Amino acid sequence: MGNDFTSALRPAFVMTILFALLLGIGYPLAMTGIGQTFFPVQANGSLVMEGGRAIGSTVVGQAFVADRYFQTRPSAAGKGYDGLASSGSNLGPTSQALVDRITPDVAKQRAAGNTAPLPADLVTASGSGLDPDLSPAAALAQVERVAKVRGMPAERLRALVTAHVESPVMGILGDAHVNVLALNRALDATGVTGATR
Amino acid sequence: MTIQGWILILGFVGILLALTKPVGSYLFALYEGRRTPLHLVLGPVERGFYRLSGIDPAKEQGWRRYTLHMLTFNALLMLLTYAVLRLQGVLPGNPQGLPGLSEHLAFNTAVSFTTNTNWQSYGGESTMSNLAQMFGLTIHNFLSAATGIALAFALFRGFARRSSATIGNFWADATRVTLYLLLPFCVVLTVFYTASGVPQTMAGTVDITTLEGVSQVLAIGPVASQEAIKMLGTNGGGFFNANSAHPFENPTALTNLIQMLSIFVIGFGLTWTFGKAVGNTRQGWAILSAMVILFLAGVTVTYWQEAAGNPIVHQLGVAGGNMEGKEVRFGMAASALFAVVTTAASCGAVNGMHDSFTALGGMIPLLNIQLGEVVIGGVGAGIYGFLLFAILAVFVAGLMVGRTPEYVGKKIEGREVKLAVLAIAILPLVILGFTALSAVLPSGLAGPLNKGPHGFTEILYAFTSGVGNNGSAFAGLTANTPYYDGLLGVAMWLGRFFVIVPMLAIAGSLASKTHTPESAGSFPTTGALWVGLLIGIILIVGGLTFLPSLALGPIADHLAMISGKTI
Repeated sequence: MGNDFTSALRPAFVMTILFALLLGIGYPLAMTGIGQTFFPVQANGSLVMEGGRAIGSTVVGQAFVADRYFQTRPSAAGKGYDGLASSGSNLGPTSQALVDRITPDVAKQRAAGNTAPLPADLVTASGSGLDPDLSPAAALAQVERVAKVRGMPAERLRALVTAHVESPVMGILGDAHVNVLALNRALDATGVTGATR
Repeated sequence: MTIQGWILILGFVGILLALTKPVGSYLFALYEGRRTPLHLVLGPVERGFYRLSGIDPAKEQGWRRYTLHMLTFNALLMLLTYAVLRLQGVLPGNPQGLPGLSEHLAFNTAVSFTTNTNWQSYGGESTMSNLAQMFGLTIHNFLSAATGIALAFALFRGFARRSSATIGNFWADATRVTLYLLLPFCVVLTVFYTASGVPQTMAGTVDITTLEGVSQVLAIGPVASQEAIKMLGTNGGGFFNANSAHPFENPTALTNLIQMLSIFVIGFGLTWTFGKAVGNTRQGWAILSAMVILFLAGVTVTYWQEAAGNPIVHQLGVAGGNMEGKEVRFGMAASALFAVVTTAASCGAVNGMHDSFTALGGMIPLLNIQLGEVVIGGVGAGIYGFLLFAILAVFVAGLMVGRTPEYVGKKIEGREVKLAVLAIAILPLVILGFTALSAVLPSGLAGPLNKGPHGFTEILYAFTSGVGNNGSAFAGLTANTPYYDGLLGVAMWLGRFFVIVPMLAIAGSLASKTHTPESAGSFPTTGALWVGLLIGIILIVGGLTFLPSLALGPIADHLAMISGKTI
């Protein structure tokens, strides 16, 4: 085996270097070149620009906590929607901590006059803590509150939400969802800001 | 559960069944060392690699030499990654300015990626520089996958060859798989992911001022190139902490589908390659049937439980399925499906947090790994793990009906059965041993986030995932401690190489045997009876061993959940 072992050393050593250069440097750099050339927007984070600065990404969620906006889901990423610390809550199904977190969120909805059973995504934390979307039901559940704050007719807001629903791909892939950043930008674009702003 | 959800699940399996033969026959060309159309472009690269490293690809190796070269290569790759991780603070490609990793974390991570586990004790975006992601980790995603497929080829040759002293050449197998299969597929996948919104840049972060006027810093980097091989090579190590739940890793329902298909496609194909190699493709289809039946059973339980939701949360006035830890854009069916796919294969990527699944919904991923990840399984590792069970199954069948055990033309004798049991026994030994240890030691008990049975499941899942080389987690466990990093590192190493070495010994032993033609006395290994026997052996040997531990963890958790008790 002594001879065998030395016979393995040279190929192992040289192959390690060659493959590391090909797969660890060559491949990702070439892919970056292609990405930056052909898909410059996506390759750099799908940023939404306004007045020369980035106000968000079409792909990644951001925190919306103000009552005048449709609010994003609870987030366990850092202090909420931390782009440097993606995470779920990891609370188990029988966790008292989970109940303690959901209870006040439900109470807040009830206080806003929402008496129906709540859509699950409205009060649960996503896997990434950066979920950009809401289910249509979770967006519609917020219409009354936003309407009141902004002084807008609820009907108009419902139509706005419906217009922003993205259907499942080919009717099968994924669930219908609403991108919250897109919805809230459309909301701001209506020009109605409400007195409490 | 919805009809739309089931169309997705069955359509997913349908696509894979349609791909099995084309992918399997391409793999067969690589197995045989035949020319492919890609040789035109990559042939010179392959030959250059051999020349520089003094390898003669036509020179065959016996099982001992094959093992030795594979181990030496893997050991050197591991050292390289350890060095890169420790030194990343002073190396270039670090726009985030991140420091080097601690000894125990660098050790754990280097073992983790070498063994195709990709367990992550760290959060990617807050720990790894771009260089570490590419040069330290992505290379393993390719080469641990290539190693797995090479090893499967070696075992196939054991069955296929007659009176042979050799089982192939490790370097030729690993190089061909990397250059002609993994790399070109990944180039295509990377372009698709980038176009779909997965970042691919050398920058480290972007600054955003949100609509509410708050500053948000998003981590980015060369994500797409890593994502492609992370799934195709059943590695599962995410660029970000949240893995494929992170919108930058998996932005749409379509990328999610492609990721799930990537995990399984090579595993499906290899069953066909095996059948072709031993001269009867029905042997391959029989194996695949057993796998698909076990897979669909798992999906049904998880999808049913997740869609039904958590009664404790329902009591609070919330309707619908269990959305804690899941992303809206994928929906319930694709989240449940992903969890079962990633643990049936040894991938370990997640698009939702398993820790927050319902008790039984989360038990299926755990059980999948405990069965040895032979339901499709990791690239290469799945099929060779499954063949170990097949050896056991013909042995048991032989005992039951009084026939000489034979499988695909080879007599199965004492040596093969002993080695197979050795390889299979390492899983329960390490999982149950290390879990028991951690359930009494203070440094073990410091880990879990959740209390009670669910906390126990977090520990059980960690060692199961480590030994099984899966890499998914009940991520509430705080694993980046000297205790868990060290013990899990050992578990991952044992789980990979203490299966591989006996398996290669079996390959060597089988290759040296003559062909035993099928006779009236042979137990047929293609029909429904055989498929049923395989499933039985896998469930009894793989599953029953773990039943007591499951009773203490997820089953107790489930009983608490349905009676509305929180802990």
